[in-house]
Amino acid sequence: MDVLIVLMPLALGMGLLGLIAFFWSLRNRQFEDLDGAAWRGISDDD
Amino acid sequence: MTSLATDFTSFVRHKDGLAAIDLAVDGIQCAGCMTTIEKGLKTEPGLVSARVNLASKRVTVSWQDGLENPQGVISRLDEMGFRAYPFATDKVESAEAREERRLLLCMGVAAFAAMNVMLFSVSVWSGHETQMPAEMRDLFHWISALIALPTAAYAGRPFYESAMRALRAGAVNMDVPITLGVVLALAMSVFETLNSGEHAYFDGVVMLLFFLLIGRYLDQAMRRRTRDTAGHLAALRSETAVKFIGEHELSEVPISAVAAGDLVLVRPGQRVSVDGVIEAGRSEIDQSLVTGETRHQPVDIGSSVYAGTLNIIGALRIRVARASEGTLLDEVEKLLARATESRSTYVQLADRAARLYAPVVHVIAASTFIGWMLFGLGWQPALVIAITVLIITCPCALGLAIPAVQVVAAGALFRRGVLLGSGDALERLAAIDTVVFDKTGTLTLPNASIANATEIGLCDLHLAGRLALSSTHPLATVLAKSAKASDPLQGVTERPGFGLEAHHAGEYLRLGSAAHCGGDAAADATIAAMTNVLSERYPDASFITYRRADHIVVFAIAQALRPDAVETMTALRGLGLDLSILSGDRPAPVAKASAALGIAQGTADMKPAGKIAAIEALRADGRHVLMVGDGINDAPALAAANVSMSPASAAHLTQNAADAVFLGDRLGPVVDAIRISRKARRIMVENLWLAVIYNAIAVPIAIAGHATPLVAALAMSGSSIIVTLNALRARG
Repeated sequence: MDVLIVLMPLALGMGLLGLIAFFWSLRNRQFEDLDGAAWRGISDDD
Repeated sequence: MTSLATDFTSFVRHKDGLAAIDLAVDGIQCAGCMTTIEKGLKTEPGLVSARVNLASKRVTVSWQDGLENPQGVISRLDEMGFRAYPFATDKVESAEAREERRLLLCMGVAAFAAMNVMLFSVSVWSGHETQMPAEMRDLFHWISALIALPTAAYAGRPFYESAMRALRAGAVNMDVPITLGVVLALAMSVFETLNSGEHAYFDGVVMLLFFLLIGRYLDQAMRRRTRDTAGHLAALRSETAVKFIGEHELSEVPISAVAAGDLVLVRPGQRVSVDGVIEAGRSEIDQSLVTGETRHQPVDIGSSVYAGTLNIIGALRIRVARASEGTLLDEVEKLLARATESRSTYVQLADRAARLYAPVVHVIAASTFIGWMLFGLGWQPALVIAITVLIITCPCALGLAIPAVQVVAAGALFRRGVLLGSGDALERLAAIDTVVFDKTGTLTLPNASIANATEIGLCDLHLAGRLALSSTHPLATVLAKSAKASDPLQGVTERPGFGLEAHHAGEYLRLGSAAHCGGDAAADATIAAMTNVLSERYPDASFITYRRADHIVVFAIAQALRPDAVETMTALRGLGLDLSILSGDRPAPVAKASAALGIAQGTADMKPAGKIAAIEALRADGRHVLMVGDGINDAPALAAANVSMSPASAAHLTQNAADAVFLGDRLGPVVDAIRISRKARRIMVENLWLAVIYNAIAVPIAIAGHATPLVAALAMSGSSIIVTLNALRARG
């Protein structure tokens, strides 16, 4: 069960990382234009 | 007209040597338009960035201060085929956007917390089977508490605040039991954990908040999207005025830059964009958008003119009495305010459910506690069971039941060209049994066309159209447009106030008033006879006479019924609705329209107050009235009806008063709106029943004391998913 000492902080850390990523994307207005972002990915001319 | 540059500097934001402007752009359809616009703008010197928002159809452009101006950007977009207009974000809109971001943030926090807490909860649940040591379980509970307590404190704020507001107002809404449930569940879980108890409900609390926040976020996002689109339409339609900035110097400015006391010039064929008094010039005014009256009104120096009317013949100098969005007869605004108040008595389905729900749940929880005490259980375990009852009944599915349907139905309506102004408009639309239409601009098209087009030879129509191209007179414009003329005749001269004349292929052509085309007794008699016949058939028409040598044709220009008006009326009757017309126009045109549409009740000569009275009389009869109208005179009536719609061509103020706006020339969206909202309402009620069934199963389990955290988690997520899936059926 010693492995839990590593696993628990790892799980919490990953969750925290996800939350930080979410904050970052919200701050960078990634959710402002969901339609446009979908199309920008496939326009290959720039 | 186009030679005057419009001054849009009031819309520009300045920051760090950069200037930026938001533009509402018409014609953005797909990703192709997005790249065209961004690339096309980037070739402009001085431009720093151009970014298209495809969802809201707006473009944000920024440039080095002084190197570019808004007009340059707008004309560049115009060259690419996109009509753009500066967009000022108003206070309400930015507040809505902030609230949406906050809810999204809360939802995200709750989502990540729920995932992490669940990681530990699943271990604890499986630990019950595999004899997990009590110390380990307590540790997992403590870690869960570490995640859940700050999350609940942060992500639960929208609910706590709303519950406090309701309690302070002496009312109970859905957020009161939610807040109570969350706080009690957390307190009990901390207590259990301290005492090394077996069950803690940290996971349940966080998951509950997550599901409820989804519902809140959807609700808010829908409201903002409809407001955005409505604001966008307003920006695209918003008018400019030609203002005197010196004795002989003119500048075209957006209407927001015109103040009372300014002097503006309105040319023939332009819409008046201010309320004011005429200082110079005489003309005729088309007031159809303001009063519904189709006959033109002569005006002279000293006459008052109102925003929304169309100047027909001569240029007018108008001293502005009131400008910008406040332009309106005081009376209309007062009526509007009063009528809006009477509307707010409607109670939403969700609130009605909450009024029933909260007392029932609290009584059940209290009697559970008392019951177990009487049964001989100690106060502590009895309290624990009572609290689990509160947790399990928390209106998780109830919170999603209605917003989810509203979002799906609003999306379905959006695709059919109907923009909803408020979420509860769906519920009110579903309940209607009477539809009242305005005539001018609502049942008829907002723009006139040739009423007797089928009786006119193609050759005549074509030549008259080419002749008409040389004039800006509104009737000539209609004629040219109907004839699809694109090639103006050479050497056309215009006699102002009379008409046009030209020599073409050796023949003398004339177009204009009867006096202009007549002159000899025979011609005068022919014209008078033709006009008499036509004015009987088309009582609301204006006439233009066309004469080629001795051949005479009279065009009747009138507002035709919308192309699908007749079938729409049939469809509406098929839905079991009573139809009637309330118009500000004269009796003859109203009678003609009602006969064509098969509507028995058509009332003419209605003033705004009369329209309100008629609608209030219907409502007093216990009827639920949908009012469809476009004129400024309709705005108070729209607000007085149970629910209202207006076409996108309607006056700004009227659109604001309407619950829904529909796009395009067809009336069909009115039928779609009623059909879809009836279906949506049915699904909302179904969803509420699903939530009731869920409670009927879960509550006895909780009362019996068997609602473990695992059961609570399964029940909550299960019922939420079922309600959401059911909501998807509202797609139409």
